[in-house]
Amino acid sequence: MKGRLQHVWQWLRTLAGDDAYERYCEHQQLAHAGTPVLDARAFYLEQQRQKWSGINRCC
Amino acid sequence: MKRLFWIGVALLGAYALGGIALDRGETVNALWIIVAAVCVYALGYRFYSAWVAANLLSVDATRATPAERLNNGRDFVPTHRWIVFGHHFAAIAGPGPLIGPTLAAQFGFLPGLLWILVGSVLGGCVQDMTMLLLSTRRDGRSLGKMARDELGPVGGYAALIGTLMIIVILIAVLGLVVVNAMKHSPWATATVFATIPIAILIGLYLRNIRPGRIIEASVLGVSLLIFAVIGGGWLNEVPSLAAAFDFDGLGLAWFVMGYGFLAAILPVWLLLAPRDYLSTFLKLGTVVLLAIAVVIMHPDIKMPAVTQFIDGSGPVFGGKIFPFVFITIACGAISGFHALVASGTTPKLIGSESDVRMIGYGSMMLESFVAVIALIAATLLDPGVYFAINSAGGVVGATADVAVQTISSWGFPVTVDQMHNLAASMGETSLFARTGGAPSLAVGMASIFSSAFGNGFLGVWYHFAIMFEAVFILTTLDAGTRVGRFMVQDLLGQIWRPLGETSSYPSVVFASAVVVAGWGYFLYIGVIDPNGGVNILWPLFGIANQMLAAIALSVATGILVKQGKLKYIWVTAVPLAWLAIVTTSAAWEKIFSTDVRIGFLAAADDMATKLAAGALSANQAAVAPDLIFNQRLDAVLTVLFTLVLWVIIVDMLRISRRVLRGESVPPSSEAHYAPQGSGAQVPA
Repeated sequence: MKGRLQHVWQWLRTLAGDDAYERYCEHQQLAHAGTPVLDARAFYLEQQRQKWSGINRCC
Repeated sequence: MKRLFWIGVALLGAYALGGIALDRGETVNALWIIVAAVCVYALGYRFYSAWVAANLLSVDATRATPAERLNNGRDFVPTHRWIVFGHHFAAIAGPGPLIGPTLAAQFGFLPGLLWILVGSVLGGCVQDMTMLLLSTRRDGRSLGKMARDELGPVGGYAALIGTLMIIVILIAVLGLVVVNAMKHSPWATATVFATIPIAILIGLYLRNIRPGRIIEASVLGVSLLIFAVIGGGWLNEVPSLAAAFDFDGLGLAWFVMGYGFLAAILPVWLLLAPRDYLSTFLKLGTVVLLAIAVVIMHPDIKMPAVTQFIDGSGPVFGGKIFPFVFITIACGAISGFHALVASGTTPKLIGSESDVRMIGYGSMMLESFVAVIALIAATLLDPGVYFAINSAGGVVGATADVAVQTISSWGFPVTVDQMHNLAASMGETSLFARTGGAPSLAVGMASIFSSAFGNGFLGVWYHFAIMFEAVFILTTLDAGTRVGRFMVQDLLGQIWRPLGETSSYPSVVFASAVVVAGWGYFLYIGVIDPNGGVNILWPLFGIANQMLAAIALSVATGILVKQGKLKYIWVTAVPLAWLAIVTTSAAWEKIFSTDVRIGFLAAADDMATKLAAGALSANQAAVAPDLIFNQRLDAVLTVLFTLVLWVIIVDMLRISRRVLRGESVPPSSEAHYAPQGSGAQVPA
């Protein structure tokens, strides 16, 4: 039961984008180990800037 | 066993649809509409979308997607399909599918319902899925870029200009809907105003206190929004405070313009991004809640299946059922704007091509279902009430007495007392002539919610619904102004380079002002127009949106012809042909009709004659020159939309003919095939 709840929670976090920073860190670790990593705030701001420079909301 | 199940679904769907369509004078229950819709969607998804994905699109699950090949942990990230579905749905679902069906309800519930179902299953869903796949195969390129690559520069520029024009018209009409919902309503105005500081608070929280903790921030923000709705009710009880939030349309229009300008130049994290999180949260929550409430309440539909207004004399907007029902309901059946979203962020997240069907076709199906729910919310009202809310004073008479008389004389009885009591129960002073669709939808939603989840609180539910609509209208307004700004900068940069620098503050301010002035002008005219403005702007928006859909389908058809899919090309070519017919005939009528309620030029000439003869009152005469100029400008715009549409269709036909004759065409811009699992750049 607890495992299932945790699964749902994790799913919600991914859907909302709560774990975007964790996934970014993981990716940096795997793909570009040793290169500097953005901190949580810088990553969040960069992510927002990128998200809102194209069309991603509709009528 | 499986086959039996699908035969059952088909029979049930046919029975429900048949029952609704052959309505024998009994009232139809909303539950039947839901059953019919769900069966049509289920069949469309299970059979048609699978067939199209396999045959026309040749979806190939072994092919590496750009998310895998270009994975950078940021925008290109292979993501679980349900998560991409959620993101894509949140991106495509806006206020459009709520407003269009509400306005089209003047024809009765049947025309709108049939178009929503058929249009989505055969048109809109196919368009979205096709664009999503084509863009996924091209590393997530935009519609405009694909048009340029695959058809040539003419098609590319047509797509760019079409997009910019539709953004301007879309924002103007959405701004007008918000203004009409807030006009002389202190409760609604205070609540909508409160959403701005709440969004800023959430923005600061997400940046400074707990960066990126979106769930907790959204829960906090939505609680504050609900508190703002209730607080607005308290404020409404205090006459001095209520008076401070009692604005006329023009004042609110200036406010919306100032707000849109600020939102476009402020950093996104401060206002735009947090507002979007709140609106997405509300949007998903309210849609689910509304669907559950409709099933619990299963109201009878009070609007007739078809009304006499199919002859073009309707009070909500002028024009016959053909082509105007197909123009009025764009989002929910087929929406060109989706092609821009489907060729943007979403393709960069897709983990496998086999997910494209569920994400592209499925999300549009859900959006279409939202449109069905909105149609139910509009048609469960007494038709008299529906027409009293949605008809402008200039059409049915400016005073309550005249308006109810006019509407009752059409066979839709309504009384001043009834309207007065309804307004009082919703916490409003008057609901007459609240055009734009938002207030009547809010009344419908409030009655659904309050009867499904316990009586009472009608006023709170009504203003919750208004706040819900306003929040995502303002999100579209912010985001649209910003995107428009980038496009203007892009265009201006080609004339004089410094104007195109996206990081230069003067250039940002200038381009934002240009975009806001563009939609602000149409909003201003809409507000001063005694006929409500929505009846002019919404058809213009519908024509623009369907034009964009036709552009997307042209690009798709051109690409598929180049890929040798001639045998199945009708899948995109038939919806394209239908849209070309609908859009062109609607444009023709809007330009050339001699009926002053339909033709822009006829209306302008009529008003000019009256102005010259001195037949207008002083108030009317003061705004008449602006209105006359606007109607003529609208006619020019309509010509432009039609030209852009046909330029791209002819360009697509030219390319197709060259393909058939074996002549040279621009090479395919599809990324080379790479098998899944091999292209990943992530070392193990």
